[in-house]
Amino acid sequence: MKKTKKWYDYLWIWPIVYFSLGYFNILFAWLGMIDFIVPLIIAGCGGGKAFCNRYCGRGKLFAVIPKLFKKENKKVAPGWMYSNIFRYGFLIFFLTMFGSMVYQTYLVFAGSASLKTAVKLFWTFKVPWKRAYTVTSVPAWVTQFSYGFYSLMLTSTLIGLIVMALYRPRTWCTFCPMGTMTQGICKLKK
Amino acid sequence: MKSKNIATVNKSVCVSCGACLDACPMSAISTPDGCYAKVNEDLCVGCGKCSRICPTGCISIIKREEQQNEEN
Repeated sequence: MKKTKKWYDYLWIWPIVYFSLGYFNILFAWLGMIDFIVPLIIAGCGGGKAFCNRYCGRGKLFAVIPKLFKKENKKVAPGWMYSNIFRYGFLIFFLTMFGSMVYQTYLVFAGSASLKTAVKLFWTFKVPWKRAYTVTSVPAWVTQFSYGFYSLMLTSTLIGLIVMALYRPRTWCTFCPMGTMTQGICKLKK
Repeated sequence: MKSKNIATVNKSVCVSCGACLDACPMSAISTPDGCYAKVNEDLCVGCGKCSRICPTGCISIIKREEQQNEEN
């Protein structure tokens, strides 16, 4: 029996559109805030993990890619990867990196640091991304946040793609910081 | 007529990611409270698609009698 496809089954297009737009104009990185705010609003309003379950474009993308290439890894993720210690540890690490990125944005806003037109992958490797700096009329801090946020989104997607190849398609979802946060909210509300 | 097998979720391991929801051809799985996946026993046909896609491997396919014994 085949299920009829709903509009949200095609949301795997969203991350592709997002990264493509950011490739040409870094300011589009702000659109990623949707993926940050909407899951929390849904979970906070009693909608549970509807975002992860239905509307997460990244999750859908990880499910679609192996199907497309007909190479679905059947290996279950190792236990530590979905243990609470790792999940909450990764969440803390992720939020710390997010905080550091916001602080960097503040420094640019305050004039204590200059704008860095590079994307930082895995919080370590700087990749020049100056061609995406096409709109120069906006305040520098707005652009700095874009670079920081795009780096965060790209890094997490790359981690997701790596674990997708090594284990079952949606292994990223087991320790996705947004998933951990929303599940935490649901457990608290219960 | 109900199937011989049924999916069962290990709640302590489920992260409620929703991979099983997408995979289930009968729409028998939901995450009612957002904490864990829940199987609708009337709809589940025990096909095992959810079990094969679950990234944590927390869904097992067992015999219905076994599940009833566990409940009693």
